[in-house]
Amino acid sequence: MSTDTKTAAKATQETLTGAQIVVRALKDQGVTHIFGYPGGAVLPIYDALFADEGITHVLVRHEQGATHAAEGYARSTGKPGVVLVTSGPGATNAVTGMTDALMDSIPLVVLTGQVATHLIGTDAFQEADTVGITRACTKHNWLVKDVNDLAHTLHEAFYIATSGRPGPVVVDIPKDVQFKPGPYLRPNELRLRSYRPKTDPDVEAINKAVEMMAAAKRPVLYTGGGIINAGPTASKALRELAALTGFPVTSTLMGLGAFPASSPQWLGMLGMHGTYEANNVMHDCDLMICLGARFDDRCTGRIDAFSPGSKKIHLDIDASQINKVIRVDLGIVADAGKAIGAMVAAWKAQNKKVDAPALKDWWTQIETWRAKNSLAYRPSKTTIKPQYALDRLYELTRGRDLYITTEVGQHQMWAAQRLKFEEPHRWMTSGGLGTMGYGLPAAVGVQVAHPDALVIDVAGEASVQMTMQEMSTAVQYNLPIKIFILNNEYMGMVRQWQQLLHGGRYSHSYSEALPDFVKMAEAFGCLGLRATTPDELDGKILEMINSKKAVLFDCRVDKTENCYPMIPSGAAHNEMILSDAGDGPGVSEEGKMLV
Amino acid sequence: MADIKRHILTVQVDNEAGVLARVVGLFSARGYNIESLTVAETDAAQHTSRITIVTSGTPAVVEQIEAQLRRLVPVHGVVNWTSAKGGIEREMALVKLDGGKRDAALKAAEPFKARALETGGKTLVFEIMDAPGQIDAFIAAMRPLGLLDVSRTGVAAISRDADAV
Repeated sequence: MSTDTKTAAKATQETLTGAQIVVRALKDQGVTHIFGYPGGAVLPIYDALFADEGITHVLVRHEQGATHAAEGYARSTGKPGVVLVTSGPGATNAVTGMTDALMDSIPLVVLTGQVATHLIGTDAFQEADTVGITRACTKHNWLVKDVNDLAHTLHEAFYIATSGRPGPVVVDIPKDVQFKPGPYLRPNELRLRSYRPKTDPDVEAINKAVEMMAAAKRPVLYTGGGIINAGPTASKALRELAALTGFPVTSTLMGLGAFPASSPQWLGMLGMHGTYEANNVMHDCDLMICLGARFDDRCTGRIDAFSPGSKKIHLDIDASQINKVIRVDLGIVADAGKAIGAMVAAWKAQNKKVDAPALKDWWTQIETWRAKNSLAYRPSKTTIKPQYALDRLYELTRGRDLYITTEVGQHQMWAAQRLKFEEPHRWMTSGGLGTMGYGLPAAVGVQVAHPDALVIDVAGEASVQMTMQEMSTAVQYNLPIKIFILNNEYMGMVRQWQQLLHGGRYSHSYSEALPDFVKMAEAFGCLGLRATTPDELDGKILEMINSKKAVLFDCRVDKTENCYPMIPSGAAHNEMILSDAGDGPGVSEEGKMLV
Repeated sequence: MADIKRHILTVQVDNEAGVLARVVGLFSARGYNIESLTVAETDAAQHTSRITIVTSGTPAVVEQIEAQLRRLVPVHGVVNWTSAKGGIEREMALVKLDGGKRDAALKAAEPFKARALETGGKTLVFEIMDAPGQIDAFIAAMRPLGLLDVSRTGVAAISRDADAV
């Protein structure tokens, strides 16, 4: 190790061009794959990539696709996703993916070309104020005007993207800086003056937390994407904490897989389309232990009726999340893995015991809620119900090395409800931003990272058309992604809201013209499949799974099926609509204002 | 809401490109209020600047503002003078009058300790350095005496105790 360090110290004297510095920095950061699209302002970097064999570049068809692919890559590996795009439209096309990554705390390093420094501010060809535009949708960004600042800025960018609460960063590099020679510095020479994320939990807070847990009569572990981001140790610690205490566990959309769905302690997802048992537990608990979630409005429903009788513990690595939406009794700012691990250690060391009789009563109550079987649906022998399609997809892919991505809408909620995840990093979805078009390019990124795995994008026919061009990327790189389209010809969630909130006036939510997805698949050079009846579904799904090619699967489902259970906007957790039968409170005038 | 209060926040930042835009953008993006904002480099060797922001909000909102500011990468620290003890706040203003009631204005300015900078020409310009409330009072006193224009710097603040921000 010491000789390595000495070699590294010597190597810092090396002079490279800006473009070479970029490629070297990527390699020193352990980057093996980048997603990008060339253009005038990044040609020197593309030239440096051409001369180097250490990094695999995946050529997307649109820069939004590059960012979502990088997100899928990042979320399925725990490593940062790297994007390389040109100035102007290259950068602006990447904005949606950056915003998506910011909302869902996904580490992305986005390198953008910029016009030469002397042209900045002159409205030059393909000039955009990239740092200005992306300031609001990145964790941090830089415009590097001096090649002497390039190497340390790139290393800083990786550090900031991946540490603390992860997120996207942009390094905007003018074309002349890419040509200029400058010094290369190794990552270990990094010094940051102001940014110091706190990862170690406060011992007192941990002790207080286990005390509250031991005293709880109706506890719940409410977990989120923070546990996935904190890495496998966090998920392991959560399982241990749940085993020690016997507490029920629910999760946000982003946190699925951190806790095994096969556990009897698993309640299913909570929130707007969460299970009846999860939401009632959230409402009636006396202790809510929120671990790496952020009380998003999809999860809380009506704030002033949110879990009125509970004490609340909130663990988050981002201090600004504590007390942002819901006032809590105990805030813990730390890495989820370290903090949950500390809870487990403190529980054991202090020989804590749960209130067993109270917990038994609580579970008896929970079982009555569970008995409602809130995810049930009315089966059909003639039309494919979307729920049935997903149940069959789940059954026929069990035991496989499986990764699921989704688009956004009804199909996404059905997938979250019905596909069961045992491990973290297996579920990639756009939660915070709700970006239609996320799933297909995300599947590309996942498949790049896991070439032998089965990667399925559960899609809707509307969402998938937003980034359909990336099928061409999948074909170019022999990525056998499976696009499982629940095709109901409607923007299903929009249609559902129009039915429930707008008197059935289906304003512009029906696609009167749709492509023939099977022919489209053939045009792209992949396999197209279609199922229109429940009888043929299993055979077609198996054909999809067994194909070595990328597949577009047109699964024709019931056109008007709604996604239940549902907490209507502006309602509380215990005011769920369970079916089309019209039970539940309906939507108030106030609720209609909410999204 | 009844418990909306005025708060003075000092934000110590690295003086790098775009840092002010980050701070101001945070306020506009999250719907927070800026009543005044003062910024200048305070340590040239360290390239650090101090931003002083006067804002208002409920305790929960102000707690969020502070937490959101601390998240910004170039931010070294945030101090809220309204909750900290022993803060001193000062503001400077330049106040221009038309000079028609020159003698009355000079007399009225005396108790405010405002300094007349421009007395020979057509107009009369005062410089006043004080707590913002006193500056408000001075401007109010000058209004009937031919007030033409006002330029205020916004608040700068510092603590009386031995700590630095």
